[in-house]
Amino acid sequence: MAMHMSRGAVSFEARMATIDFRVSTRAHIIVDSAVCSHCPAKACITACPANLFVPTSDGGILFNYEQCFECGTCYMVCNNEGAISWSYPEGGHGVVFKRS
Amino acid sequence: MTDFDIIVVGAGPAGSTAALVAARAGKSVCLIERGPFPGSKNMYGGVIYGRVLDGLIPKWWEEAPVQRWVTRRGTVVMTPTQSVMIDYRSTKWGEPPYNGATAFRPDFDAWLADHAAAAGATVVCSTTVTGVIQDGSGRVTGVHTDRPDGDLTADVVIACDGVNSFIAKEMGLYPHAEDSDHFTLGAKEVLSLPREVIEERFGLTGDGGADYEIIGCTGDIAGGGFIYTNLDSVAVGVVLRLTDLAESKRRAEDLIADLKAHPMVAPLVKGGQLEEYSAHLIPEGGYDTMPTLGSPGLLVSGDAAAFCLSGGLWLEGVNFAIGGGKAAGDAAVAALDSGRSGSKAMVADYRSRLHGTFVLADHKKLRKAPGLVLSDRVQFRYPQLVCDLLEGVFWVDNPNPKPGIVKLFFRTLKNSPLKLRHVIKDAWLGLRTYG
Repeated sequence: MAMHMSRGAVSFEARMATIDFRVSTRAHIIVDSAVCSHCPAKACITACPANLFVPTSDGGILFNYEQCFECGTCYMVCNNEGAISWSYPEGGHGVVFKRS
Repeated sequence: MTDFDIIVVGAGPAGSTAALVAARAGKSVCLIERGPFPGSKNMYGGVIYGRVLDGLIPKWWEEAPVQRWVTRRGTVVMTPTQSVMIDYRSTKWGEPPYNGATAFRPDFDAWLADHAAAAGATVVCSTTVTGVIQDGSGRVTGVHTDRPDGDLTADVVIACDGVNSFIAKEMGLYPHAEDSDHFTLGAKEVLSLPREVIEERFGLTGDGGADYEIIGCTGDIAGGGFIYTNLDSVAVGVVLRLTDLAESKRRAEDLIADLKAHPMVAPLVKGGQLEEYSAHLIPEGGYDTMPTLGSPGLLVSGDAAAFCLSGGLWLEGVNFAIGGGKAAGDAAVAALDSGRSGSKAMVADYRSRLHGTFVLADHKKLRKAPGLVLSDRVQFRYPQLVCDLLEGVFWVDNPNPKPGIVKLFFRTLKNSPLKLRHVIKDAWLGLRTYG
């Protein structure tokens, strides 16, 4: 993070705070951490542009769905069948980009 | 009796255009959008090219919510310390009928959806389509939504549900759906800067705008970068091939930071305050990776059909979505009028309409372009070669006399991992693709 700051950039938290997320009570991403614990790549951790996937000490994946761009990168880079189930959030919820 | 003649899923540029032309033809149309308003889920890295709108909305430029008209188009290759830009500037592009425009998608997409509504389409927002309804023969007859009692029936469903199209997936229309090689992640920062600062830095006047497309700025990840101007903000971002991104273990926002720190880019974005960070997938594979474009009762268009053009020199999406949506709307109307909406004939007619316009004509002609543009040599070798060649041309090496350019080329090539046969092969492929 120090490197980010030295570039005059903002913290990741502040970066995500630029976007309006209308968070649903129902998660639209489901991760089967038992599958992830056998995954050596865990590509989702770095590829997700919203940084929603965090490795846990027991080798699994902790995820949150609240600040999701709904881009689909996570399930596209996931090489483990069934580890990530992903659908669109319910209508009216999720990411909302601003009008000017 | 169905609820509607046509249901369009997704109120992006493809869906709204399909709904617009079908409603104008007198059909009952329901346009379903999962966001709270059309465009709320959408971002892009770019420019909207308007000629495709001329026949749909006369003098659209007088009313469309545009940020700036592109009067300066830069095509850039760079290495970490060098850059070369083909810098095309035109005053004509700053006057009607214009060429390209920058815009915020929530503004632009909502505007286009308003036209569909004005033509008579019923626009339903905050509603997610959760699947299609099929009859016993497999013909699509409607959609399930997440509203209570939310099933809706129609003679034709047009799926414009974006790059992750769950409808096309459910119907098994993608031949390469899980091949992340054909997809890139676009990530972008919008940086606010005073209007006059933007105009001074980019050499713009009035509502003229700049659009720079870049290769050689994404490290060991195939992709590219872009910078373009809004009225009082600058958008800067990267496009990253998913397979490389995953392998590199790098993060999109760090690659944007690298681009912003490049000596050519840093002075342009200096002092810009982060106004918005966003990301989206891009279907970049082109013609050879497109899905089957429909099935009885169903047509697929826009990003769902991979209509986005990643042609190196040309990076276009919204215009392809609009062109594709128009063909889908027209094909659906023709099928309804002739009673063929439940047969494969509708899909064949749709396909031939697309081939009759730029949508599939350009894609077919440029079918080798995405592979060439994302190839290792174009991505990781040629930017260095081009920069080093120009370094040699413009370096005054007195007291030595100037070398001839051909000699310089071979000297530069010798210092590069590239072989002459590679350059010849790629030049030939380039000529065949772009010529």
